[in-house]
Amino acid sequence: MSDCLPGVLGALSTLDSITLMYPFFYRPMFEVTEDGWHSFLPEQEFELYSSATGEWRLSYVNKEFAVCPSYPPIVIVPKSIDDEALRKVATFRHGGRFPVLSYYHQKNGMVIMRSGQPLTGTNGRRCKEDEKLINATLRVGKRGYVIDTRSLNVAQQARAKGGGFEQEAHYPQWRRIHKSIERYHILQESLIKLVEACNDQTHNMDRWLSKLEASNWLTHIKEILTTACLAAQCIDREGASVLIHGTEGTDSTLQVTSLAQIILEPRSRTIRGFEALIEREWLQAGHPFQQRCAQSAYCNTKQKWEAPVFLLFLDCVWQILRQFPCSFEFNENFLIMLFEHAYASQFGTFLGNSESERCKLKLQQKTMSLWSWVNQPSELSKYTNPLFEANNLVIWPSVAPQSLPLWEGIFLRWNRSSKYLDEAYEEMVNIIEYNKELQAKVNILRRQLAELETEDGMQESP
Amino acid sequence: LTHIQNTELETYFTSNKSLTGTLYLTATHLLFIDSHQKETWILHHHIASVEKLALTTSGCPLVIQCKNFRIVHFIVPRERDCHDIYNSLLQLSKQAKYEDLYAFSYNPKQNDSERLQGWQLIDLAEEYKRMGVPNSHWELSDANREYKICETYPRELYVPWTTSKPIIVGSSKFRSKGRFPVLSYYHKDKKAAICRCSQPLSGFSARCMEDEHLLQAISKANPVNRYMYVVDTRPKLNAMANRAAGKGYENEDNYSSIRFQFVGIENIHVMRSSLQKLLEVNSTKGLSVNDFYSGLESSGWLRHIKAVMDAAIFLAKAIMVENASVLVHCSDGWDRTSQVCSLGSLLLDSYYRTIKGFMVLIEKDWISFGHKFSERCGHLDGDPKEVSPVFTQFLECVWHLTEQFPQAFEFNEAFLLQIHEHIHSCQFGNFLGNCQKEREELKLREKTYSLWPFLLEDQKKYLNPLYSSKSHRFIVLEPNTVSFSFKFWRNMYHQFDRTLHPRQSVFNIIMNMNEQNKQLEKDIKDLESKIKQRKNKQTDDILTKELLHSVHPESPTFKTSLCFKEQTLLPVNDSLRTIEGSSPADNRYSEYAEEFSKSEPAVVSLEYGVARMTC
Repeated sequence: MSDCLPGVLGALSTLDSITLMYPFFYRPMFEVTEDGWHSFLPEQEFELYSSATGEWRLSYVNKEFAVCPSYPPIVIVPKSIDDEALRKVATFRHGGRFPVLSYYHQKNGMVIMRSGQPLTGTNGRRCKEDEKLINATLRVGKRGYVIDTRSLNVAQQARAKGGGFEQEAHYPQWRRIHKSIERYHILQESLIKLVEACNDQTHNMDRWLSKLEASNWLTHIKEILTTACLAAQCIDREGASVLIHGTEGTDSTLQVTSLAQIILEPRSRTIRGFEALIEREWLQAGHPFQQRCAQSAYCNTKQKWEAPVFLLFLDCVWQILRQFPCSFEFNENFLIMLFEHAYASQFGTFLGNSESERCKLKLQQKTMSLWSWVNQPSELSKYTNPLFEANNLVIWPSVAPQSLPLWEGIFLRWNRSSKYLDEAYEEMVNIIEYNKELQAKVNILRRQLAELETEDGMQESP
Repeated sequence: LTHIQNTELETYFTSNKSLTGTLYLTATHLLFIDSHQKETWILHHHIASVEKLALTTSGCPLVIQCKNFRIVHFIVPRERDCHDIYNSLLQLSKQAKYEDLYAFSYNPKQNDSERLQGWQLIDLAEEYKRMGVPNSHWELSDANREYKICETYPRELYVPWTTSKPIIVGSSKFRSKGRFPVLSYYHKDKKAAICRCSQPLSGFSARCMEDEHLLQAISKANPVNRYMYVVDTRPKLNAMANRAAGKGYENEDNYSSIRFQFVGIENIHVMRSSLQKLLEVNSTKGLSVNDFYSGLESSGWLRHIKAVMDAAIFLAKAIMVENASVLVHCSDGWDRTSQVCSLGSLLLDSYYRTIKGFMVLIEKDWISFGHKFSERCGHLDGDPKEVSPVFTQFLECVWHLTEQFPQAFEFNEAFLLQIHEHIHSCQFGNFLGNCQKEREELKLREKTYSLWPFLLEDQKKYLNPLYSSKSHRFIVLEPNTVSFSFKFWRNMYHQFDRTLHPRQSVFNIIMNMNEQNKQLEKDIKDLESKIKQRKNKQTDDILTKELLHSVHPESPTFKTSLCFKEQTLLPVNDSLRTIEGSSPADNRYSEYAEEFSKSEPAVVSLEYGVARMTC
């Protein structure tokens, strides 16, 4: 029996059919007060913007997932562009991913859009509707930036396969910036190397440092954060709108758009806001979780589509959280929890590769949403940052290597005891709680004293 | 006092921007005041190197590297001015005589008796008493009372009870610089000792009966365990090479009941160049992650830190697990030996993890036992080969412990950084000179001030809000020394590079909250007693009213003041984040603390934060 156990475990951890997975059999033992499947509806999210600007509209052009299989049924597009034009643009963008609104910066009305690469090919194909669409997002006389998450070289090579990038001649109001962010097996190998290095406690100092370096993990962190800072800088400092894409627009693109929002938008640093961000920029935006998070760091067989794209994003958020420990409503445990559920979960939230797949799997009917569980008050208390204090400013992280440590809470979690650190954290929470208690008590006593004093006064004056 | 206007200060990590202002040269400091009247003070003694770079269109660049790892770039408009200031700084930063150091002119406005009290704050005799010596196994020896046996040891030394003077004299002749085995730390419960000495002059075969006798006396002074460890903190190869020069290490065959052990910490020269490499990496502009880690690796710095830590753990284990005494030495017994003995004691004894205890530890194992602070820190213009960051490494080891055991230390990181600041500042007398004899000759106690009372006075700044003194779990620290437990100490090596640090300090918030909690507790007591008084008064009043039917009318102003009380109830949490920071310009560290606590984010650095927008 011991011989077949590994085989059984292997088979159980790599089920062929999604419908055989745990979420389909999981029966919640808690009372659902708020159904997480309806917590973040696109219409509600759009309301936040529509109150500030009339330049955008909801489009239902993808209702049947026919225009873009990886997009959700509802997307936000410029008001002046009709659905017919969107259909045309979709044929010009990789995977049908026409440019849609990702973020609206209320402070100055600048926006982040995202899309797939334009299918210019070698002969420089163009699409008037595409040009019109993205120009529609610019204010008069303003220029915008296209941030291509590939190096110029890679982007040029993509033309041979029918892809490409926006030519200056056809997009004169846009300036293109290439920032290389790695994808797929390079990231996966990076994760495997890092985990390997962390798991071997016998490494001497030189070997540990050289393995840490060779994993390149922190290099990827720096690249992603730098690009996100660049996008945020375009918006907030340059007052220019941004279009972000790589090849498909489902990986590095989403890392950049979501991190830029963490930097720019205070709401995305709250628990609800961050959940909404994941819902919008990762789940609805069509990050293929099923493919990317199949096996994590320990897969013997090379999974072609496996890549820790989402984990890198969470690591980047942790890095910013570390640098601004009071500006986030959630704590490190919240990020660790999300990492775990993205890879293995009893909830259906991260199943499937896109909204259309989730629809077909009838996840809303057959499985429980992670948010239904997490947003219960008893759960939330575990993930709440006691130091949180709303910070309405843009937060600019440092991306110098000296400022980007290894995320021990994830990578050394099982390799060293965190007992003393956890106790220190508890003590910190105690001090904060005690402070609140004392303040409340002082307030009551002051009021009491004031009342006594007025009573005295009243008694004394007839 | 000279000054040069329109000088630019390039903030090294912040951005491509620079500040324009005026550069002043005072007798003790280099001072830069920018157009916003913000002052940057650099003590001459902190200057490690000054470099004049090639003339550019905007002026003449002057790069100053400091011993506290600050790097500043000035651009002086006129080359002649730059040349003048360069020459002045070269002179001012390297003094030839002790008497020209800052400590001899520093005047904190204290009278002589206050000064003397300051020096008496740390009393080592008291400390040995605390450890439990003298006792039936250990006694105070007066052999070195006149520094006749060993010039670099203190006057008062503790040796095994039976040790006669001829034994001491004989042993000291067999040890480098006469540094014979003496007590460094005594563990009361285990009755085991940490002793220290220098290497034996054994060469290939020499023996010394007195030395053998003394070692045996040390092991006999431990009633529980008859064998003791002799820890040679050097790499074996170095120790063997020393044999050719008539020095070396103990031969186990000649000493009954010793167990000999090498722990492999490198010498001062290796450490100096290791730090040099580390600093080179750190000062690279636009450093990539890979260059940072490969630089960190090739510098070997963390490897050396780990070696010191491992050696200290060896000591602690020998005493705790095997109940065995330990004798530690390196070559001369004042660098690696000081590191290992002090760190070992700190692992064993929670007293050394308090503010006062840490001062005592430094006074005992570093200052009194003749760690050559002036040479290692380059206080005077001397041999650059004698400079080495041995004490800095000790502080870093302690920092690593505070990271692993956040509740075990009464002091915080700022305390360590402040001490590091002052081993180089030459502002106080404690670290001047290379041994006690030299310090007495310099009359430091009469002519300079001691650092410790000033740190104690500022104690609030250095308290660890998470410290749990009552907890018995922390009697002995058992740190994890797997390589990944060692991290780059950014707050030390980039103390002044503001943008590299977190923009909100959890630590400061908790520290202030702790302070506020104390105040609130007091407020509650006050309020409760006032309320009680009021209530009593009311009952009294009712009584008196009934008796007299008339009272003095209360003044109306008093009543109105009551109405406003509600509005000024209490500072809300926010205020905690802005209280800190203000402090006299004389204190270099305050600048750092202030910058650290800024809650609003700074502008993203173009150099580091975001790549330039080029297509």
